[in-house]
Amino acid sequence: MLDNWLFIGIFISIAAVFPLLPIVIARFLAPRRPSLAKQETYECGMETVGDTWVQFKVQYYIYALVFLIFDIETVFLYPWAVAFDVLPLFAVFEGVLFILILVAGLAYAWRKGALEWA
Amino acid sequence: MGFLGDPIKFIGDWLKSLIAPLNLPPVWETFLSTLTSVIAVASFGLLIVIFLIWVERKVAARFQDRLGPNRAGKYGLLQTFADMVKLITKEDTTPETADKVVFNIAPVLSVVSVLLIWAVVPFAPTWFGTDINVGVLYIAAVGSFGILSILMAGWSSNNKYALLGAFRAVAQLISYEVPMLIMLMVPVLLASSMGMVDIVARQDMWFIVVAPLAAVVFLISAIAEVGRTPFDLLEAESEIVAGFHTEYSGMKFGMFFAAEFLHIFTVGVLFAILFMGGWRGPGAEQFPLLGMVYLMAKSTVGYFIAIWMRSTLPRIRIDHMLAFNWKFLVPLSLAILIVTAILHKLFAATTLYIPAMLVGNLVIFLASLGALRAVAQRQRKQRKPFKKRPVAKAA
Repeated sequence: MLDNWLFIGIFISIAAVFPLLPIVIARFLAPRRPSLAKQETYECGMETVGDTWVQFKVQYYIYALVFLIFDIETVFLYPWAVAFDVLPLFAVFEGVLFILILVAGLAYAWRKGALEWA
Repeated sequence: MGFLGDPIKFIGDWLKSLIAPLNLPPVWETFLSTLTSVIAVASFGLLIVIFLIWVERKVAARFQDRLGPNRAGKYGLLQTFADMVKLITKEDTTPETADKVVFNIAPVLSVVSVLLIWAVVPFAPTWFGTDINVGVLYIAAVGSFGILSILMAGWSSNNKYALLGAFRAVAQLISYEVPMLIMLMVPVLLASSMGMVDIVARQDMWFIVVAPLAAVVFLISAIAEVGRTPFDLLEAESEIVAGFHTEYSGMKFGMFFAAEFLHIFTVGVLFAILFMGGWRGPGAEQFPLLGMVYLMAKSTVGYFIAIWMRSTLPRIRIDHMLAFNWKFLVPLSLAILIVTAILHKLFAATTLYIPAMLVGNLVIFLASLGALRAVAQRQRKQRKPFKKRPVAKAA
């Protein structure tokens, strides 16, 4: 078991090295002549006006909240799915009940207009 | 068994015989053999990208009645190498106002997130990187790194177009992750295991036969998850220049590019493993190489559908796309999960298993079609009759 995670651990470091390699090679091969105009934001277009890191639309935040609910739901449901072969019929319907409660939550969010792109 | 029977084992034994005289402690031996297999799997993942870019350009060209790349090398096979040379020798600019650390980490992270999925892919009966018992959950977890890298790229660029792209990415990718996660649960449920090797081993009957709707919904949401046409709002050229990678140039842009191409093929691979029996096929147990061929052949199904969708469908508007996800795919996937769970429990051991599953899927399909029809009819009734208006009218 530990060997499996050793594999993942080594894989993460190797996977980080592989894309870094061409970037580092490019650093030596590519020309580097930075100039004030070239380093500007959106160099080829209009000059930007005002701050970029502004407040954003609240709708994105609401979608993130709804997502969070369903993401946690799936985390709860995965153990149920893994143990499915040994579950009695009763437990299966318990799981279905859990999903139905979340459907009610989705219906509530829908009704409240959280899913509208307004 | 010779070299052709099981090349990986052959090479592995040969490498072991190389380090045997060094008399290393067993810990080091484990480490070295793990390192070798890691490098083998990871470089396979990255090398296949070079080929995939050529395949995709060629196929997409045929859809548009063009020839595609055909100058560099035979059939344009060397086109990707030419592109790589170009990207490597391009100047790599970083905007003065960008958040430089985050800006530089983002492209690396995007490749890492896709490459990590390959760690748990079972290529053949005896060939797999590793078989962790939470394989499917692991895929979902590392897949989210991709979203993070897009957000990092968009936010750190300090460019309004990039930021808009990042916002859209967050809205779109996290939304489509919900049906994808729920549909990933269907193979887990049918196989009663999250390990990828187990899921393949349990598919005496391909899961696409017993859960066809789940396979379709998974493919749609996984393609949306990659952020390609028709779901490419995060880099819609006609609206927000290049979206989150507007400020990237040279090899850093190349990394985003490679990650996207690898990701879409990875979706095909996952589709083949979860729903089409992975490496299974006649003679695959005896000859692992054959299993690998089967897996790659099956992967092209999902991959080809993705290219097909890309070259056929126009870009969807963002409100339509989010509505399609939250108001159609999410309820549909929940319904599929409930029906699959109940029917699987009731009929699993009986002869009626496959007919019952198919009828269940058919009922859901017809019900969702009916719901779509009802909504469309209501919208048509609500629509105001078309009035002729003067062509030019001052605002």
